[in-house]
Amino acid sequence: MKIGLIVRLVVLVLLVAFVVSPASFEWAFLPLTKNNQPAIYTQNTLLSLTLSHLTFVAIATVASTLVAVGLAIVVTRPFGAEFLPLSRSLANIGQTFPPVAVLALCVPILGFGAGPTLVALFLYGLLPIFENALTGLTTLPPSVNEAARGVGMTGRQRLLGVELPLATPVILAGIRLSVVISVATATIGSTVAASTLGEVIIAGLLSNNVAFVLQGGLVVGVMAVLIYDALSALERVLMARTGQRR
Amino acid sequence: MSTVAATGSPRIAVDKLGVLIALIAAVAALMPFAAFRANRIVVGISKGIFEALPLWEAVLVALALVAAILVALLRTPRLWRLFASLAMLAVLFVAIGHSASFLTPEGDRLARVSPGAGFWLAVFAFALLAADSFTRLKLAPWLRIVTLLLVAGAIALLLWSGAWNDLSILREYANRAEAFWREGQTHIALALGSLAAATVVGIPLGVVCHRVDGLRAVVLNVLNALQTIPSIALFGLLIAPLAWVAANVPGASAIGISGIGAAPAMVALFAYSLLPVVANTVVGLEGVPPAATDAARGMGMTNWQRLAKVEFPLAFPVILTGIRIVLVQNIGLATIAALIGGGGFGVFVFQGVGQTAMDLVLLGAVPTVALAFAAAVILDAIVEMVSTGARPA
Amino acid sequence: MIEIDALTKDYLDLTVVDHVSMRIDDGDIAVIVGTSGSGKTTLLRMINRLIEPTSGSVKIDGKDTRSVPAHLLRREIGYAIQGHGLFPHRTVGQNIATVPVLMGWEKPRIAARVEELLELFQLPADQFRDRLPSELSGGQQQRVGVARALAAEPKLLLMDEPFGALDPIIRAKAQADLVGIQKRFGTTIVLVTHDMEEAIHLGTRIAVMDQGKLLQYATPAEIVVKPATDFVGELLGSGDRAFRLLGLRRIGDFVEPGEASGAPVSAEQTLRDGLEEALWSGRAVLPVVDGAGKPVGRLTLATLQRLGARPQ
Ligand SMILES: Nc1ncnc2c1ncn2[C@@H]1O[C@H](COP(=O)(O)OP(=O)(O)OP(=O)(O)O)[C@@H](O)[C@H]1O
Ligand SMILES: [Mg+2]
Repeated sequence: MKIGLIVRLVVLVLLVAFVVSPASFEWAFLPLTKNNQPAIYTQNTLLSLTLSHLTFVAIATVASTLVAVGLAIVVTRPFGAEFLPLSRSLANIGQTFPPVAVLALCVPILGFGAGPTLVALFLYGLLPIFENALTGLTTLPPSVNEAARGVGMTGRQRLLGVELPLATPVILAGIRLSVVISVATATIGSTVAASTLGEVIIAGLLSNNVAFVLQGGLVVGVMAVLIYDALSALERVLMARTGQRR
Repeated sequence: MSTVAATGSPRIAVDKLGVLIALIAAVAALMPFAAFRANRIVVGISKGIFEALPLWEAVLVALALVAAILVALLRTPRLWRLFASLAMLAVLFVAIGHSASFLTPEGDRLARVSPGAGFWLAVFAFALLAADSFTRLKLAPWLRIVTLLLVAGAIALLLWSGAWNDLSILREYANRAEAFWREGQTHIALALGSLAAATVVGIPLGVVCHRVDGLRAVVLNVLNALQTIPSIALFGLLIAPLAWVAANVPGASAIGISGIGAAPAMVALFAYSLLPVVANTVVGLEGVPPAATDAARGMGMTNWQRLAKVEFPLAFPVILTGIRIVLVQNIGLATIAALIGGGGFGVFVFQGVGQTAMDLVLLGAVPTVALAFAAAVILDAIVEMVSTGARPA
Repeated sequence: MIEIDALTKDYLDLTVVDHVSMRIDDGDIAVIVGTSGSGKTTLLRMINRLIEPTSGSVKIDGKDTRSVPAHLLRREIGYAIQGHGLFPHRTVGQNIATVPVLMGWEKPRIAARVEELLELFQLPADQFRDRLPSELSGGQQQRVGVARALAAEPKLLLMDEPFGALDPIIRAKAQADLVGIQKRFGTTIVLVTHDMEEAIHLGTRIAVMDQGKLLQYATPAEIVVKPATDFVGELLGSGDRAFRLLGLRRIGDFVEPGEASGAPVSAEQTLRDGLEEALWSGRAVLPVVDGAGKPVGRLTLATLQRLGARPQ
């Protein structure tokens, strides 16, 4: 545990240092270049790309979370129960749409740039959160549900006081999946001219510059792993705090 | 659970989902049914349903739409709803083909007709209805596969009959028929090849992880981290080592290994596939009831016999679920291979994005989604058949 | 007082509770017994409207339960279920405080009540209040479940097989606790069980159900002595009727003047205990002492024989 924490901290510090000042790491990438290619991507600063990448992910995740959890709440209430089976199979079918297709199909409607990327991230991020929120809200222990009704909680009080708090760790697991997918899909967003870290990778692929590909890939990959890791930890804490055990 | 009995329903009961579908369909009816462009580049002209079809056909489509909306709106038997939605979809599909032929001037090879927002919205509405009635019917697995085959057959028939030939997506296809099938083959080869490799490596790895406690956490954590790395980054990261291998290992480039192309794509897809296969193998083996393994031991089975005759068959449905996840995921991910010259349907998607040609994007995206969808339906059905056989409850 | 009148619940064609009428007086422990699926839980849950009846009515203190919104009704009625149903994400203290919080009690009053209940159930507050339910043993969880049901000082407590999941020793303890609490607060209790022994032990009145019908509703003595139908008799078992009858009465009520030798029995014990002691020690007469250990008279085997016989 101790060692793991130190490793994570070191990786995080390295990542931040690299993003803030990639030039000081030039020596590491120079050996990968040929014919005097530049070793560090300078078209846009790595820092601005990273920040805009993360902004895309954050906006899309917040939006997906609100909508997905809202939908899951609706279909698990008595008045929305009729939509439950359909929403389940839609979520299932939705998983079969590759993110690239969602992204590409948004272009004709929204043009190039941030728009289609955000929409694709949002749509694709919905599914895991929705699925997990459904699971969380429908698999509460029956005796807990019964007790909540029995002590005279109203539907609202049950939802806010019992169902949502107990479902939170599962919902968070969905958010984690969604964020990881978003980090990846945002990368592809640069093919439709959104300014994300994918830009560096694609520039590398186009100019056959392995150094670019590697630095873009490293930043995105390390970022994804760290976020995933942090959210998993948060989930374990919440699990313990809500008295649930896996 | 809850118990309030529905008492005294009104004479004409309205279906809640039906209201939603009716709304969507009504909006769809007001939106352009098709879009006409004089050539591939220019901005399209929207055509409402009565402009997009000969009068009597438009009237027929409109009538069908009203009838289907009514079936959706009222509380009708499930089978009715299923048939109504499928029939309406068929009408829409035939109509859009006709519309293309109707709108395209005779002999004009440049004009493009593509489905409009209204068409897509209507398809969406009735696909919803179909999905809902289908879900509620709870068909047996083999019936689901049969239905899938029937639908695939119907679509093939439409394609073969030439009814859609004037649609822009098929115009794009006609221009690159050869490339289409070639990239299709590559796409499937990438998805299935990486799956096969992952199965061959992943299942034994899962078995080893199950038996060796210390290994499990390490292997699963590494695979988890791998899974987390965005595909495009992983593709990119593999370019360098594979280029090095191609340059320095004798014979490597002769068998097609190079930094760019199918090799890194295959390796990356393989890496992504490992986690679900290994994890599900471990979970499946862990789920085998201890009583069953004990009994096997008691009967004097060797380790191998126990694995082959007891543990593996019992864990099989879970492992198969892992394979289902991988296949659907890989069919989608393989589109990205195009970015590193790996081929596949992604080629059309990215070309289309580059040229702002929606039809070209669709030419890549539609078969990808269709393949993934079919794979999901078929494997879900198989998983269900296998699990009901293997474990009661 | 609770008046249940022709209460009925149908699920489609199936009638699971069939025109049940009964009256439960204040301070009673009414125990509903019956085989699995006889409709006990359904009957109980119709009292606090967790299940809406198909027909019939429930009146509490003369007021129809349908005259208030269901959730407000439930706050006035304690409800404890098998498997306790504690909220896993709330501490023991927060669990117990659930209904008082819903009813808007003031903080100090809630804290005092929580403390009082924890002490009452022998769960020291400083040790248990801030634990999560997952950090308690099964027996402790069950006690917290009952404490939560009692938190808002309900006049009526509904319990559905509250002791079903406990081992025999803890179970006997929990039953004794319940009787103590009932005496202390004067709470009216309706308790569901499928264990006739428990029913006779706890109940002031027993309702026997079969296939949705109320077969007999009477005091334990009456049920033992005069089972209304063969089914009730079967449920009682014919093995130890005499002992059950003796088990329902206190030695103190049948003491004769006089003395006897040997170890005494207490006036608070049941006649059954007295018989057991007489047979085991081979005596025909036993000395009886009161709670303080002062001799009050004697109990004879002849008395026991007379009282254990079927009443004419
Ligand atoms: N929601 C429901 N829909 C249909 N039938 C139900 C429903 N709830 C209960 N039943 C049926 O009603 C009957 C009585 O159920 P109930 O739970 O009241 O029995 P019980 O006496 O409490 O049994 P147990 O001792 O097993 O708890 C059973 O046959 C049960 O199957
Ligand atoms: Mg019951």
